[in-house]
Amino acid sequence: MTSIGTGYDLSASTYSPDGRIFQVEYANKAVENSGTAIGLKVKDGVVLAVEKLVHSKLLVPGANRRIQTVDRHIGLATAGLPADGRTVANRARDEAANHRDTYRSPPPLKTIADRLGHFVQMYTLYSSVRPFGISTILGAVDKDGPALYVIEPSGVFYGYHGAAVGKGRQLAKTELEKLKLSELTAREAVMEAARIIYLVHEDAKEKEFELEMSWIGPESNGHHVAVPKDLFDAAEASAREALVSGLE
Amino acid sequence: MDHFPLNWGRPRNDAIDLYGTYPIAPRNAPKDTFAAGIQHTQQPIVTGTSVLAIKFKDGIMMAADNLASYGSLARFRDIQRLHPVGEHTVIGAGGDMGDFQYIQSILDELMVDEFSAHDGHTLGPAEVHNYLSELMYARRSKMDPLWNSILVGGVKDGQRFLAFVDLLGTTYSAATLATGYGAHIAQPLLRRAVEGRENTLTEAEARKIIEESMQVLFYRDARSLDKYQIATITSAGVHITESLKLETSWSFAEGIRGYGAQTQ
Repeated sequence: MTSIGTGYDLSASTYSPDGRIFQVEYANKAVENSGTAIGLKVKDGVVLAVEKLVHSKLLVPGANRRIQTVDRHIGLATAGLPADGRTVANRARDEAANHRDTYRSPPPLKTIADRLGHFVQMYTLYSSVRPFGISTILGAVDKDGPALYVIEPSGVFYGYHGAAVGKGRQLAKTELEKLKLSELTAREAVMEAARIIYLVHEDAKEKEFELEMSWIGPESNGHHVAVPKDLFDAAEASAREALVSGLE
Repeated sequence: MDHFPLNWGRPRNDAIDLYGTYPIAPRNAPKDTFAAGIQHTQQPIVTGTSVLAIKFKDGIMMAADNLASYGSLARFRDIQRLHPVGEHTVIGAGGDMGDFQYIQSILDELMVDEFSAHDGHTLGPAEVHNYLSELMYARRSKMDPLWNSILVGGVKDGQRFLAFVDLLGTTYSAATLATGYGAHIAQPLLRRAVEGRENTLTEAEARKIIEESMQVLFYRDARSLDKYQIATITSAGVHITESLKLETSWSFAEGIRGYGAQTQ
């Protein structure tokens, strides 16, 4: 890496001569080392899915969740340092509660993404702090319908129809592009999300992983909840099947 | 709880005791000049009257009318005073409706917090009631109470729960509960109809008891309305009816001296 040894990468408060902030770019590297997380914004809802790499067989199944709930209708999936993910999720909850307190209404996702974007960006300004080593996928069904945003370590955030972050994001993005996202139902999107996570995992030949999936849609009453067990099992089974038939 | 509706929500000219309530409600108390810096709740303003609740075989039934009074003025006639909290609980409030709306928002925030934790647990009526009692006691200890008396009812894990909490943080529990004027007028009727039969009363019987008590209250309580709602909480969940109309007959009033047509 050209940045190493130049002295411009030691602090987030220092630019390199060509206008880059290396600490932020290193934060992106931390994201790239993490299991993939994807989000699908479809006709009637949003689906989040995470490939959670399990680094030890001794861990309790379901531990260290990477999909978290911000508000009744808002979910968040992170790729990168898990502890940073929890910090950002806690801040997101505070922002959502603050919005409710001020306006007595459920926050639109754009507002939360905007406030979180500012929060993340603050950590790119000072030498005393380290930028967040996570990319955050935010999903919700708010008053304007389904919404999906990604916040990067630099603090920028964009809205998406389909989003992928982490190790397998390239392959996941090409798979997402093949889908007609705006025509899928949330239930169909769950099947696709499981398939994509299994596909990118197989591609990377990584260690063990757990699939984590949540959704927000008509069947969850507009709430962000884990995908119900029967649907989850069906999606996982069909994802495995698709892998096998794809390899032949 | 100040059970004298005359003391509630009066226009704020403390120099005049329009309804001659002195010494029940002492006016012209010595003024503490330094107290003006912080405004504490000294009285309720827009008020709801009684809430009734009973246990029956399958759960809890609660009722309250749709009126929010401004003093003796029937100011708001479409106020819902029964409020669901989560899947298992309903709270019903008398007293200051502004404070009640504030309590609703606090409980909503609490439920969102619990939902976000995503730990497989939800708050039931017992937890909500304890939370409220701590909240009410903390506020009364700041000399700034939330001016309500609240009934908390619900069913969770097959257990019925019904309890009371007021602006002082006082709590108690019984098979029949009533707040405000209803605590004087309806409570004896409810006790006679329900006590000892909590485990056999059907939903239809419970509803009849509640309806009759609401009717008596409408006849007797000058701050009540004939438009009311009933909440039923069973293990199937919470159901709150649309506004219902009480059937009452006022023809007897013609015979009352000073009201009807008689001249002598």
